[in-house]
Amino acid sequence: MSNAVVQDTRPPASAPRKGSLSRRGLPRWAGAAFGAAGIALGCGIGLVFGLDSKVQWGLISAILFVLISYVATSVVENKRQAKDRVATSLVWVCFILALVPLVSLLWTTIKRGSKALSGDFLSHSMNGVTGFEPGGGVYHALIGTLEQVGIATVISAPLGLLTAVYLVEYGKGALAKAVTFFVDVMTGIPSIVAGLFILTLMLMFELKPSGFMGSLALSILMMPVVVRSTEEMLKLVPNELREASLALGVPKWRTILKVVLPTAIGGITTGVMLAIARIAGETAPIMLLVFGSQLINTNPFDGAQSSLPFYIWEQYRVGSDASYDRGWAAALVLIAFVMILNLVARGIARWKAPKTGR
Amino acid sequence: MASITTNTPPPPAAPAPALRRKSTGRAGDKVFLGLSRGSGILLLVLMASIAIFLSVRAGMAISKDEGNFLTTFDWDPAAQKPVFGIAVLLFGTVVSSIIAMVIAVPIAVGIALFISHYAPRKLAAPLAYVVDLLAAVPSIIYGIWGALVLVPYLEGLNSWLDEYLGWTYVFEKTEVGVARSLFTVGILLAIMILPIVTSVSREVFLQVPRMNEEAALALGATRWEVIRMSVLPFGRSGIISASMLGLGRALGETMAVATVLSPSYLISLHLLNPGGGTFAQNIAAKFDEANQLGRDALIASGLVLFVLTLLVNGAARLIIARRKEYSGANA
Repeated sequence: MSNAVVQDTRPPASAPRKGSLSRRGLPRWAGAAFGAAGIALGCGIGLVFGLDSKVQWGLISAILFVLISYVATSVVENKRQAKDRVATSLVWVCFILALVPLVSLLWTTIKRGSKALSGDFLSHSMNGVTGFEPGGGVYHALIGTLEQVGIATVISAPLGLLTAVYLVEYGKGALAKAVTFFVDVMTGIPSIVAGLFILTLMLMFELKPSGFMGSLALSILMMPVVVRSTEEMLKLVPNELREASLALGVPKWRTILKVVLPTAIGGITTGVMLAIARIAGETAPIMLLVFGSQLINTNPFDGAQSSLPFYIWEQYRVGSDASYDRGWAAALVLIAFVMILNLVARGIARWKAPKTGR
Repeated sequence: MASITTNTPPPPAAPAPALRRKSTGRAGDKVFLGLSRGSGILLLVLMASIAIFLSVRAGMAISKDEGNFLTTFDWDPAAQKPVFGIAVLLFGTVVSSIIAMVIAVPIAVGIALFISHYAPRKLAAPLAYVVDLLAAVPSIIYGIWGALVLVPYLEGLNSWLDEYLGWTYVFEKTEVGVARSLFTVGILLAIMILPIVTSVSREVFLQVPRMNEEAALALGATRWEVIRMSVLPFGRSGIISASMLGLGRALGETMAVATVLSPSYLISLHLLNPGGGTFAQNIAAKFDEANQLGRDALIASGLVLFVLTLLVNGAARLIIARRKEYSGANA
């Protein structure tokens, strides 16, 4: 019954429109055109009213873009299409909005960082250089970062790997569930809290600040990240491989060492490198535990050290032009370090991806 | 070696369970299981000892506090009568994080939708990668960028907000000064938590059953209707937990706040006025000059921050755990 009714009413409803299939619609490039119009109008308004802030120009353009899309589409097409168009344009605006800070940040760092960056900058410490005069460099901070991050990796990579192996290969029951949950929660520990924890140990056992204390805090931050990424990778290893090995009579621990880990090694390496990239930029624990130093100290177990992020913070606090230049240059070094680690890590992931991955 | 030893046990052991027990009873297996379980347990011990050690030192500090730890505005543990409290810090932390959430979550959901449903196929993967790169930028660099680039830029926006939205009280700027306010901190934090919220939401959106979307499309729905009817309902819990993960990050952020904010021990709802403070920022700012009691006091405030992030993150994880398939831990 109802079918018949529907079929009866439909043709008259669509009949007034010319040609049943060719509804009036905007061309495909309409979205881009609206965008261009919005930006042009936004800039025009900004110029005419003499608005100083480029942020306002951008916001006005974005709002105009969305409005134009809505009005044009609801006139030419219909309300539903107009809503769809608005959603599309909003999503585009969101995306561009997110790109602005990233581009600005990278651009500023490169532009202002390249001013003070030189061979001297990389190979000298701040020994004898006061904050207000130009000169000096990051050599001591580079050494500090490399040593602290290295020690943190040596501590947390094996622990994280073993924990992940436990969770994937052995873990059943309450313990495994608890570990999984707390690993997840631990990824969210603020770095300053990790620093404070090591600080309480330092106060209780009357230890001196040193690079090693900093690495302990860093390894607390690094471990859960390594566990999570390794876990994901081990889960990707097909069960057939394990079964085949076990069926040949290989003990489980050898299966894990010789079959499971080698299969997932690419992903595991990637995970560890991403974790390194993440802790290399941590400032707060270093500030509490390593104290910072202007001199070259190659011994991470004795005496204050510096580190790249801490160096940036120090230079920012001095607040002179020369120190800002140094700060930006160090930021450029740090960002390059982190980005290169990231790129290489993801390269390895792609190159060594397990065959099951798409 | 190994294969020889494995060949021997089966003959005597007839039933299957017994066979399995024998095969894991070897020394190598025991050692390996012990090691891996041990490191798992170590992780739990670590979490517990963080809580215990911080509580002990915090208790020592609070017992010497002459004011009320929860309601005092001042932070002066070095005085004759040490007085310190977390009221201002709690307010600043919560307010700046909420501002960050309000700004970041809709935009992050937009970007996630853009990557999962709107972007041209070839662009989607590189774009997702760019968003992940945003997450890799160290927070201290966000900090100096925020202080030296963003703050001057926001001056115009601030005076605009003050002029047209000043009647809301919240956006009224009563003090003259640069934009080193909780509002600016909120914007910077929003930029910093965008990547994690985006990548977790994106993972969820990609898991919407294809059938649901195609059914909606087949019924003549526009792309927005598909998203509203099938993608967003499916991804709601994912979006909630993604935002809570972002909130956890924002609560504990240290360097970006320490560089941008010009702190003061006042609670004011005039968000554009410079001033206020957060837990992490206060620790960073006060640590250098702190004496023994001062450090313990900072540890006490750190404990509050720890509990706060623990609650937020735990809740987020519990929501995620209901759907095992996705987790944002590697984001």
